[in-house]
Amino acid sequence: MLALQRNWAVVGLALLLAMGLAGPLLLGLSAPGFYVEVLLGGLMSGVMYSLVALGFVLIFKASGVFNFAQGAMVLFAALAVARMAEVMPLAVAFVLAAGVMAILAWLIERLVLRHLVNQDAVVLLMATLGITYFLDGFGQTIWGSDIYKIETGLPKTPLLILEGLFDGGILVNTEDFVAAAIAALLVLALALFFQKTPTGRALRAVADDHQAAQSIGIPLNRIWVIVWAVAGFVALVAGVIWGSKLGVQFSLSLIALKALPVVILGGFTSVPGAIIGGLIIGVGEKFAEVFLGPVLVRWFDLAGGGIENWFAYVLALLFLLVRPEGLFGERHIDRV
Amino acid sequence: MLYRENGQFKTSYAADQQILPIVQDRWFMAALLVFAFVVMPFIGSDYLFLSLVIPFLILAIAAIGLNILVGYCGQISLGTAAFMAVGAYAAYNLVIRVPQLNFLIVLVLAGLIAGLVGVLFGIPSLRIKGLYLAVATLAAQFFVDWMFARVKWFTNYSASGSVSPPPIEIFGWTVDTPVHKYLFVLGVAVVMTLMAKNLVRGHIGRGWMAIRDMDVAAEVIGIRPLKSKLSAFAVSSFYAGVAGALWGFIRLGAWEPLAFNVNLSLNLLFMIIIGGMGSLLGSYFGAAFIVILPLLLNQAPAWFGLPISTALASHLEAMIFGALIIFFLIVEPHGLARLWAIGKEKLRLWPFPH
Amino acid sequence: MTRREVGDTLLSVDDVWLSFGGVKALQGVSFDVRQHEIRAIIGPNGAGKSSMLNVINGVYHPQQGRIAFRGKVRTAMDPHEAAEQGFGRTFQSLALFKGMSVLDNIMSGRNLRMKTGLLLQALHVGPARREELRHRAFVEQIIDFLEIQAYRKTPVGRLPYGLQKRVDLGRALAMEPAILLLDEPMAGMNIEEKQDMSRFVLDVNDEFGTTIVLIEHDMGVVMDISDRVVVLDYGKKIGDGTPDEVRENQQVIDAYLGVAH
Repeated sequence: MLALQRNWAVVGLALLLAMGLAGPLLLGLSAPGFYVEVLLGGLMSGVMYSLVALGFVLIFKASGVFNFAQGAMVLFAALAVARMAEVMPLAVAFVLAAGVMAILAWLIERLVLRHLVNQDAVVLLMATLGITYFLDGFGQTIWGSDIYKIETGLPKTPLLILEGLFDGGILVNTEDFVAAAIAALLVLALALFFQKTPTGRALRAVADDHQAAQSIGIPLNRIWVIVWAVAGFVALVAGVIWGSKLGVQFSLSLIALKALPVVILGGFTSVPGAIIGGLIIGVGEKFAEVFLGPVLVRWFDLAGGGIENWFAYVLALLFLLVRPEGLFGERHIDRV
Repeated sequence: MLYRENGQFKTSYAADQQILPIVQDRWFMAALLVFAFVVMPFIGSDYLFLSLVIPFLILAIAAIGLNILVGYCGQISLGTAAFMAVGAYAAYNLVIRVPQLNFLIVLVLAGLIAGLVGVLFGIPSLRIKGLYLAVATLAAQFFVDWMFARVKWFTNYSASGSVSPPPIEIFGWTVDTPVHKYLFVLGVAVVMTLMAKNLVRGHIGRGWMAIRDMDVAAEVIGIRPLKSKLSAFAVSSFYAGVAGALWGFIRLGAWEPLAFNVNLSLNLLFMIIIGGMGSLLGSYFGAAFIVILPLLLNQAPAWFGLPISTALASHLEAMIFGALIIFFLIVEPHGLARLWAIGKEKLRLWPFPH
Repeated sequence: MTRREVGDTLLSVDDVWLSFGGVKALQGVSFDVRQHEIRAIIGPNGAGKSSMLNVINGVYHPQQGRIAFRGKVRTAMDPHEAAEQGFGRTFQSLALFKGMSVLDNIMSGRNLRMKTGLLLQALHVGPARREELRHRAFVEQIIDFLEIQAYRKTPVGRLPYGLQKRVDLGRALAMEPAILLLDEPMAGMNIEEKQDMSRFVLDVNDEFGTTIVLIEHDMGVVMDISDRVVVLDYGKKIGDGTPDEVRENQQVIDAYLGVAH
C-alpha cells in the first residue's frame, strides 16, 4: 500500500473505533451512568492487560524474544504468593516470590536462552511456548491446581460514587483503582529505568543488536537475567492483582494470550504503547461484549455472546493490516 | 552391509526422482504397507485401534498439513485446530443436509472448504510475518471457535451446541467397527501422504521452501510470494480440514465446539517441532509421540507400582512436552526425523565404523 | 575467441535517485546497457553499486528516475515482475536457499516456467511428471556447464564458498534471463576460482548471448572481460566508457586513491 493509502486506512480504523466508543452514548442505547461503569470497567481490565503486556515489552525490548510464557509466569508467581501466604504474612510471601521469580529468570537464561542466541524469532517464540507448558505443569505440581485466594486487605465491596451526577451513581472497585495506581507507578519506574540508568541503556543496546552489544562488552547473559527477573517481578505484581480479583487459577495463564493483541496495538517495543494498547483492548472488549454483543445476537440469532473471546484478536489483526508496527513501535526494514 | 546403495545406478532422471530411490527402502515400505493393511486388522485389539492408531493417523494428517505451512513454507500458525473445526463442521453439515453425497466426496469438499477459509486467513501473510502472523492465526482460532459455538445454523440448532453425525457409509460399506475405522483412516492417510510428498518435491514445494529460506531471493527468481504462501495455507488447511472431519466423525463420534480449541493447535505445533519440521516422516513421528506419551504416563507408574493421579499425570505431561520442545529446539531443530536420518546414515556404514 | 556483436540499447537507467532516510544512495545516475555486452559497474565501497542493481531488478524502488527495458519504461516494479521480464540476478551475500540441495536450488530458477497446478502436482501424473523431467534435463545442462555434477544432491550450506557462488550463478542461469545482473561474483575467491568464474561469465555471454551487468572489485577482471564500464562514487556517476577510457579518467583515479572530495 502506498503511504497515502495506509494513512487513510489508519484514519478509517480510528474513526470506526471512535464511533464504537461514542455510539452507545449518542444513540441512547444505555443510561449514562451505566455507560460510564462499562467504560471504567473496561479501563480497569485494560490496566490489567497492560501489566501483563509490560512484561512482554520488557523482554522483547531487551532481548528480541517474544515471551509467550509471560502468562505462565503470572500464574506461577501468583500461585507462589497464594500458597506461601497461607503460612506467612502476605508481604513476606511477596518478597519471597520475587526471589523465586529472579531464580526462575536465571534458570531460563541459563538453560534456554543462552543456547538460542540469534535464532529466528519464531524459534524463540516456540521455545517460550515450551517454557509455558513446562511452567504450567511444574507450577501446578508444586503449588497445586485448585483455585486459591490472595487476600490483599483491600475492601472488596464496590463503592457507589458520583450519585449526584449520574442517576443511581456509579459502582467502582477500590481494588481496581489501586491496581491502576500501581500500574502507573510501575510504568513510571520502568520508563525512568530505561532512560536514565546505565543498565537501562545497556538493555536498549542489547535489544537493538545482540552481537553488537556483546562486542562492546555488554554482558549479554547478565543483562538477560536482569530483564527476565524484572519481567518476572512485573508478572508477580500482575499475578497478585489478577489473583486477588479473580482467584488464582489455571485460566490466568491464558490471559497472556490476550496480552498479545495489546502489544500488537501498542508496538512490541514501547512501554507507553503497552499501557495505551491495554486500555484500548480493555475498553474495546468490554464495549463489544456489552453493547455490540446483544446487537449481533439479535441480528444473527446467536446462541449467546462471548464476543470478548475474539474481539481483541480481530482488532489486532485489523491493526496489523493497517499499521503493523503498532501505535508506538518501530518500523522494520529488510535489507538485502 | 545390508543397507547400501551399491550397484543401484540410476540411468534416467525419472528413476533418480522417485520417492524411494533406494531399493531397500522400497522393500521396507512395501512390507510396512502390507503389515498395516493386511496383518494389523487381525492382530490389533480394539483398544489399540481406537486409542492409539486411529488418533495417531488422523493427527499425522493434520500434522502434515501444519508442517507444509510451517516446516516447508516457513509461515506460522497457531490456529490449525480452527481449520480442523471448519472441516468437521463442513462435513457434518454436508452429511445431514445433502445425505445423498458419497462420504469420500464429503471429505474432499470439507477439505476444500477448510482450504478456502485457510486462504482467507492467509491473506495477511503477505504483509505480516513471524510473530504478527501468529497473532493473526490466533484471531482465526478464537473467532472460529466462537462462530461454531454461537451461530446455531452450524450445529443444526442443537440445544446443547454439540453435534453427533451419523455413521459413515461408503458404497454400502458402513464404517462402524474399530477395524473398519482403522482401515478407512489408514487409506486416507496413505493417499494424503503420497499427495503431500508429490507436492513437496515438485515446483510448488520448491517455491515454498524458497520462501521459507529467503523470501526476497525467492521473489527475485520469479516466485510470487503471495501465490506461494496462499497455496501453502490452502493445502495446509485442506489437510487440517480432512483431518478435522475424520477426527470428529471417527475419533470423537460426537463433539462440542471446544473440541477444536487452541490447545489442539499448540499440540499440533509441538508435534512438528518434536517430530521434525520440513519432514513428512517427522509429522508421523510427532503424532506418534503426542499420542503415546499421555498413555505411557498414565500406565507406566502403575507398572512400577507408583500410581499417580490423573491430574499429576497431566501436569507431568505438560512438563515433559515443554522440556522436550526446548530440548529439540536447542539440540536438534530438525527433530526426531533428523535423528532417524542420522540413524539411517549409520546403518549404511554398518558394520563398518566409517 | 569470437565475441558476439554488441547490439542496441537493451536497458537504460535514467536519472535515478534513491535514498534511505537521510542516506542518499544514488544521486541522478544515468547509463545504458547494450544487448550482448558485458557492462561492469565499479567504484569504491559504499558507492551505491549494489543499490543500483537492486533498483534495476525491483528490490528497491527509487524515489525518482526511470528504468527502460526493451523499450518499456517504468519507475518501479516488483522483483518477480522483473524476473518475468527477463532479469536474472546473483547476490553479493549469496542468497541461496540453505535448506535445499544444489539441484533444488537451481531447479527453483525454473519455477517461472513451471505451470502445472496443485492437483496435477499432487497426483504427479502425466503433464506434471513430464514437466518436471523436462526442466530437470535443462537444469542438468547448467550443472554440466558449471561443472558441479558431483554436488547436485548436497545441501548448499555444506559447500565451500566458491561452489556456492557457482550455484548462485546456476540458479540465475536457470531463469534463461535476457539480462544477468551479477553482484560481485568473484568476491572472496582465489585466483583459480576467479579464472573459472570469469570463464563461466564469458561463456554465458558467448553461448547464450546473455547481456551481463556485473559489479566487481578486481580491476584485472573488469579490464579483461568487460566491454564498457560505469564508475560510481558516493552515489554519483563519475565515469562511463570503455575500460581504457575509464582507466585514464582522473576523477576515477582520485576516487580510488581517496583524494578528498
